[in-house]
Order: sequence, then C-alpha cells, then structure tokens
Amino acid sequence: MISRAIFENNVGGTIFLGILAILAVMVPVLHLAVPEDSFFHVSTSTVVVFGKYLSFALLALSLDLIWGYCGILSLGHGAFFALGGYAMGMYLKLQTSGGAPPDFMVFLNWKDLPWYWWGFDHLSFALLMVLFIPGILAFVFGYFAFRSRVTGVYLSIITQLLTYALWLSFFRNDMGFGGNNGLTDFSTIAGYSVQAPETRAALFSTTAIALMAGYLIAKAVVESKLGKVLVAIRDAESRTRFIGYRVEAYKTFVFTLAAMMAGVAGALYVPQVGIINPGEFHPANSIEMVIWVGAGGRGTLTGAALGAVLINYFKTIFTTGFLAPYWLFALGGIFILVTVFLPKGIVGTLASVDWRRWIPAKRAPADEAQLKPEPAE
Amino acid sequence: MRETFFFLLMLCLSLAAGHALAQEADSFETGLQRLSANSFSETERAIEEIAASGHPQAYKILDAASSRRLFYSKLQNVVAWKKDSGAYVDARTGDATTSPPDDLKAVRLNNKLRGLVDAAMGGLSLLADDPGKRRDAAASVFKTRDVKNLQSVNAALAKEKNAEIAKMLTEAKAAIIVTTTGYPDAEVIDAIKSLEARGDQETLGLIRAVPDTASEAVKKAAASAEASVETKLALWETAQNLWYGLSLGSVLLLAAIGLAITFGVMGVINMAHGEMVMIGAYTTFVVQEFIRSSAPELFNYSLAIAVPLAFVVAGVVGVAIERGVIRFLYGRPLDTLLATWGISLILQQTVRTIFGPTNREVGAPDFMSGAFEIGQLSITWNRLWIFIFAALIFTGLLLALRYTSMGLQMRAVTQNRRMAGSMGIRTGRVDALTFGLGSGIAGLAGVALSQIDNVSPNLGQSYIIDSFLVVIFGGVGNLWGTLIGAMSLGIANKFLEPFAGAVLGKILLLVLIILFIQKRPRGLFALKGRAIEQ
Repeated sequence: MISRAIFENNVGGTIFLGILAILAVMVPVLHLAVPEDSFFHVSTSTVVVFGKYLSFALLALSLDLIWGYCGILSLGHGAFFALGGYAMGMYLKLQTSGGAPPDFMVFLNWKDLPWYWWGFDHLSFALLMVLFIPGILAFVFGYFAFRSRVTGVYLSIITQLLTYALWLSFFRNDMGFGGNNGLTDFSTIAGYSVQAPETRAALFSTTAIALMAGYLIAKAVVESKLGKVLVAIRDAESRTRFIGYRVEAYKTFVFTLAAMMAGVAGALYVPQVGIINPGEFHPANSIEMVIWVGAGGRGTLTGAALGAVLINYFKTIFTTGFLAPYWLFALGGIFILVTVFLPKGIVGTLASVDWRRWIPAKRAPADEAQLKPEPAE
Repeated sequence: MRETFFFLLMLCLSLAAGHALAQEADSFETGLQRLSANSFSETERAIEEIAASGHPQAYKILDAASSRRLFYSKLQNVVAWKKDSGAYVDARTGDATTSPPDDLKAVRLNNKLRGLVDAAMGGLSLLADDPGKRRDAAASVFKTRDVKNLQSVNAALAKEKNAEIAKMLTEAKAAIIVTTTGYPDAEVIDAIKSLEARGDQETLGLIRAVPDTASEAVKKAAASAEASVETKLALWETAQNLWYGLSLGSVLLLAAIGLAITFGVMGVINMAHGEMVMIGAYTTFVVQEFIRSSAPELFNYSLAIAVPLAFVVAGVVGVAIERGVIRFLYGRPLDTLLATWGISLILQQTVRTIFGPTNREVGAPDFMSGAFEIGQLSITWNRLWIFIFAALIFTGLLLALRYTSMGLQMRAVTQNRRMAGSMGIRTGRVDALTFGLGSGIAGLAGVALSQIDNVSPNLGQSYIIDSFLVVIFGGVGNLWGTLIGAMSLGIANKFLEPFAGAVLGKILLLVLIILFIQKRPRGLFALKGRAIEQ
C-alpha cells in the first residue's frame, strides 16, 4: 500500500530515487574502474564534494519533514547533525588511537577515557549512538517544548538557544570532545583507510542509499494517516487539538524522527570530510539549512534534497574563486528572493504549475485544484 | 626602583625620627649653614639635617633643591629658592625676598644627593602642604608598615587637620602596631578596631597576620574583627557583582528593546536587528573620523553628535527594509525571520566591504574614560554613562508609547491588529514606523556599545542571541518585561560567572531560559486574551 503511495502519482519522487540509484552505482564505477585520464573519470574531490552534498540533502530532507509538513521551524537542526557527526567522529578517533585515549586527551594529561567515550570503539555501538543521541535529545527537548505549547517564533528561538548552548559547550576543552579543534586526523573506518578511493566510493554509495532510505521513510510518514495529521497541525494546530488529536505526541514523534535522520546525515558527513568541530553547532549553520529547504521547496521532500545540493554547489563555486567576498551577498539574496518571490521553492513552484493544461486531450476537472489544501505557515 | 625608593625613605624617616623635636630649629639652622660650604659631603649632611628637622619650610627647600631652584649667598648667609615666576623666597622664613643678594649660587647636587633628596622628600611628604602628597605618603606607609615610620606617623598625626588623611594615618599606625610585637594589648586592640573600620582585603590580611604570640584578648579581638571584615567584604563583592549585572543588563536592554518593540507590534523577529546596532556603531566611527580630520576640538562632543545621526541612519535603513521586503511577508512570521536573516548577511558583508573586516577604533571622550570608587565599589565612567543612557532611552520610549498618538496606535496594533485596523488605524504605516523606531533605537544602542565593544562587522551577531533571550524571557506585553528580562539576565549572568566561569555560566543560563520557556511559553509579561491565540 505504501509502495503504491510512493510510486503512483509521484513522478518527482520516482525520478529522484532513480537518479540516486544510478549515482550510487555509477559514481564508484566511474571513480574506480575508469582510468584517470579518461573523460568519464570521476575525481576524488568530486566524489568527496558530492558525497558531502548528499549528506546535506539527507539533512535537508529531515528538516523538511518537520518544517514543511509539521510547521516546526527549527533553527537548531544543525545540533542533531553535529551530534551524529560527533558520535561517528568518536568512533573514528578511537580507531586511530586503537582504543586508547586520543591525542587531544593525551595533551590534557587524561589517563583514561571518560565514561561517555566507552563503547565507541565498536562501530555498531557508535552507529546506534548516531541514532540515539540526537533522538533522545530531540525527544526530551520536543516533549517538554511541545507539551508546553511553545510554538512559532518562540520555538524557533529556543531551538536556536539549544544549538547555541551546545556550540558553547563543545568549545570547552573540559568536555572531552577536542574543544576548538574538534575531532580530526582519522585513519580507518571498520579497518579500511578513510583516504582510500575504495572507501570513499563506498561511503558515497552508502550516503546515496541512506538518502534513498531517508526519502522512503519520510514519504511513508507523510503519505500515511499520521502525515495527514501532521499537515493538519501545520495548518491549524488549535483546531487539530480540538478535534481530539494529541498534537504534542505527533510533533514529538516527527521531531525525534527528523533528529535521528539528521544524526545519520552527520555520521555520513564526518568520514567523508574528515573533520567535525564545534563550528557545526553554530546557529548560523542551522539557519542556512532552512534556506536549502526553502529554496528547493518546503513540503516536497525531493525539493529539500535538491535545494541542499544546489545551494551547496553554488557555495562551493562562490567560495573557492574570486567571487568569495560576494558569497554572503548571494546567500542573503537567496534568503530574500526565496521568501518573497518563491515561497513554494523550486520544486513546489514546478509542481503547482498545471502541466495538464499543456496536454489538451486530458483536461482535468477544474475543481480538483481548488480542493487542494493550501500550505500555510 | 620602587624598593630602593622605599628603602631610602625608611632610612630618612629613621634619621628624622632619631632627632628630638627640640633640636628641630638647631639642625635646620646648621643644615642651612652647611649649604654654603659648596661641597657635596657638606650638602649631604645639610640635606639630612634639614630633612630631620621636620621644619615647616624643609619640604619646600628640598623640593627646590631637587629642581635646581635652591640658591645660597655666602656673603650674606642667605639661602633662598626661586619661584616659577622668578621671584626669590627666603628659605628660613618662607617670606619673599625683595632684594636678593648679588652672589647667589645654585646648590649643586650629584646623583647620590639627588636620590637622597627624593627620599627625604618622601619622608617629609607626610608633613607636606599638599594634601595629595600627604595622602600618598600615608598610603605608602600603610602598605610597607615599617616600624621605623611610626614616629613620623605620630608626628604627622598630631599636626594633621584633614580628617580623611588623619584616618589614613591612624590606619597606617594601626597596621604597624598590629604586625609588630611588643605593644600593650589595649593599644593593639584599638589598632585592630581602627583596621576593622577600614575593612578591605588588605586589612583582612593584616588582621590575619596578628602574631601567634599575642595575648588571648588580642586574638579574640582579631578573630571578631576578621569575621566582621569578611562579612563586609562579601557585602561589597555582592554590591560589585550587582553593579556589573546592572551594567550588563543595561547593555542587554539597549540591544533588545528595539527588538521587543518590533516583535510586540508585528509579531516578527527581526534577525537583522543586530546589524542595526552595528550600523549605529559604525555611524559613531564615521562621525569620529570626520571630527578627527576636520574639527578635533569637537571630539568630546562626538558621541552627542553621533546619537541623533545613528538613530536616523539606522531608522532609515529599518524603514527601507520594512518597505522593501517585510511588508510583502505579512502574516508569515517565520518567512520574515528568514528574510531578515538574509538582510543581515547582506548588511554585514556590505559593511565588511566598505570598512574592512578588522576592528575599528572608536575613541572615548574625556567624560567617559576612567573610573571612580564608592567605598570598595569600583565603577567605570563609560559603564555608568551607558547605564544612564539606557535608562533615558527606556523612559523616553515608555513616555512615547504612553502619551503620543503614535504610541497609542502601536499599542492598539500590538493588542489586536484587526480590531485596530477596523478602527481606522493604518496598520501598515504603524508597522513601518515601528520598524523604523526599533531600528533607530538599535542604532542608539550601537553608539553606546561602540564604547565597550569592538566595532567590527560581527558586532551585531554577538548581541542578537542575547537580545532574543531578553525578549522571550521578558515577553512582549510591555516594555517593563524587557526591562526586567534584561536586568535579571544581566545579574544572573554576573552572579553565575564566579561559580561556573563565563562560558559555563552562560550555558547554564541558556538551559535555565529553555526550562523557563516550558513554564511560561510567552515570557514573564505575556499579553493575555484571545487575540493572542492565532
């Protein structure tokens, strides 16, 4: 039933999954099997950069789930991403040091691993933590915030305070997460060198597959009855509550789910980029994520992923050349243009065009368009 | 250098103390006579004798000698010193000399003698005419508490007319007595009492330094004095923290009050608010640069000139933002938040392009530099002025909202936008003016913050989150919420700092605010009524 919901009447989603499947297979092949001087060869830097984009896409997807479908504008979503990244970074760090306290602890004269580092030398435990740490934080935070009916701008600001508090905390050396420098200098993951082309290709494919899985989960959620309630909450929270739905339970669920997806995105991001530092917690990062979703199209899932890739692609182009001083102008401009002129985003705008008008034979009844609920704030 | 000076001072004072007061006149006279011998060794003895005499003129004579203004006449047996005006003064009497002798020769000093003169003057400065010098001398005796000084302190104490300096001398004497063994108990206990009255960190050290060999009565007195000084110190420290807290609170108030107004009226968080503060700070910078290059004599008025300019510049930018972007986003507060964030990025980068990424120097006018003390409370002038400035702005705004028609309209729109619109209030115009007002006040905040913070493109970013804290903590119902929010956050921050450190204190505060919002999702002073619910 769910598969029907996903593939029928969902051209965009099918194309999206198709492209990802092709990328997951073709990029490793073109990177590893095709000789370097060939036109079709995909360079290491391309694999790394696009792997990073795909992890950002997964992050944007999770943000779209709460913002686009439930109206929760989190300005602290980066915190969950960074926590997932730190969990992965801890595993990688212990791989490098062989289970002993990593280099930065040696500099601090710490003889033993702090208790919260125990277990991170096992990949399976680290992967569980990638899900659980952001999940538990989101559950506790969401439970209290939604139960108290903190909504709208107030919620946005306390999520921002959350990530700001974490940002300050992770800068402290005493926290045992490497302070200012964060976690870096990784050597192996599950025994394979993180620098090896094969590992990079595998990580890329894993990220693409994770993004596909994330999309399928998100799509399953939004197409289910649960998803309809979420949209109802987004459009008229009080009415939904009066009908008898436990709004806070729905919100907490979707907030926690999104945080876990963000954690996975962070965990995939770290081994590819090779570093995680407190900068990822900065509130500005979290706000930037929101505009990926906004530009691509909130409430579309595929749009969020597309927006993340597009804007980060622009960012790479802008910040590496002579255009670097103008990147903030461009980014600021995107924020304004998207909110003022393109509130539905790229995908949302394309989807709202009545394509059937261009196909004269199959004219749809005019009423149907009017029945569609208009996404509110 | 300092030690040498003190050593010589001690030496001299001990010399001074060695001579009986009865010999004062004699040694002064012989000293003066020796000056005319024109040999360094005689001059040395002369200086010692003059210093030891404690004669009322001694200080002036030595002072003149040190600046080569002291002359002698061998023929007429006259020693005289020259005023800055060129007139001569008889050293013996201190009277002006109408007909100076023809054979006046300067008293020569070598380096050794110059050192001796300086040291002798130090000892004599307990008796100097200038109260400032006597005060310094008393303070230095208190610090060194050398028993050799006791006699000169006693001598000075007997003559001292100035109550404040007499008190300092008493304390200096007490410090010497408490730390030296061999004085009668009653005297020591008196000394401890006078130290207790002073009651600062140093006296605490002195009281604790009462020798173990002291009698039980003395020890008891010391213990009770210690306890009372400790209490006093704790009180002063609390007062100091309170002041720091209020000072930080006034900064927060300045930064947040404009935000609170726009949020209250329009229901939108202006993420570019911090950049309005930054624009205000850069306006101050530009004004000062202009004054430096074209009218340096106006520098002390630079802030007074910058205040209205910053208000206008930031206000105009604010109105432009409202008319250019925000009015297209009515009813979409979250979109407004994102759009203003975009604006803030653009403004930051614009300023970075024009003024460069580095900190810009904004000077302080005379009346804002330095500090003063009340008891043990140290208050810097710039913080005090910022506090007053914040209080003025707050009061002004309160009055404007209460008594002007614009204020009335703003309050109406805050309470019920649609109803206000139905009554004929042009809500769009109110929005634009509110935004301009909020931004203008942020610009004013920028003028104040330029005095205590780095003026850089990131200035606004560092205040925006704190401003949010204030606004959501205080609520948007009225300005009092913002005031109480700012002050309590400032004070809480400063009281957490000593226990938890600056960063951890801040983190704790953030967590507390997040918890507080669970209890009161609309802040301390929430607007009540149905109008608020969507």
